[in-house]
Amino acid sequence: MSVEVRIPTILRTFTSGAKAVHGNGATLQQVLDDIEARNPGLKDRIVESEALRRFVNVYVNDEDVRFSGGLNAPTADGDVVVVLPAVAGG
Amino acid sequence: MYQLAGGIAPSLTAVLKIAREHVEAMIAHAREDHPDEACGVIVGPEGSDVPTRLVRMINADRSPTFFRFDPQEQFALYKAMGTAGEEIVVVYHSHTSTEAYPSRTDIALASEPQAHYVLVSTAGSGTSDGPVSVRSYRIVDGAVSEEEIDVTE
Repeated sequence: MSVEVRIPTILRTFTSGAKAVHGNGATLQQVLDDIEARNPGLKDRIVESEALRRFVNVYVNDEDVRFSGGLNAPTADGDVVVVLPAVAGG
Repeated sequence: MYQLAGGIAPSLTAVLKIAREHVEAMIAHAREDHPDEACGVIVGPEGSDVPTRLVRMINADRSPTFFRFDPQEQFALYKAMGTAGEEIVVVYHSHTSTEAYPSRTDIALASEPQAHYVLVSTAGSGTSDGPVSVRSYRIVDGAVSEEEIDVTE
């Protein structure tokens, strides 16, 4: 068992096309660090200067991590993380 | 009255095929929300490239110069599309005082590589019946290419 991380289309170049990858960790930060090891470059698209990037939304089991600790949001085996780039512009 | 495409020669092979009712719905939305930018999507069956169902989205920024899908609403849309086997085919938004061309911000933040990006400009109409410009683009890896709009009845 591990944490499933669902990858948006635009970031699948970092996962060789995989729509989801799996990682281990007790926090979102740890899970991202773990999957970065096998998918280099992915984490940098989600995290900047040790914080979540402004225009990327991340959910752990349907909860926006901005309301549950950001990168410190707790994760457990079987959890589903969804990475959803913001749709925005000017 | 509205005008499709613009002065730039569009790519001969790229085209957005879209129903007239969707074009008119995007224009109506843009006029209603003017002077704030309006935004929304038209979703369709995954892989089909057929715009099927228009969904107006809240502009969480409620600004005349920026738009951002409300994250909760976007997540709900993502889940609904997953259940229905749909994907975003069109992302539309309006420019309320500038032309219907993607801004630097639009290009930098374009996050749906499979989508057609439709710009509606209400700079000439405001909320009333004046002329509106509607143009469509692909934005992939920071490159913008305009495409023709083929309106089907």
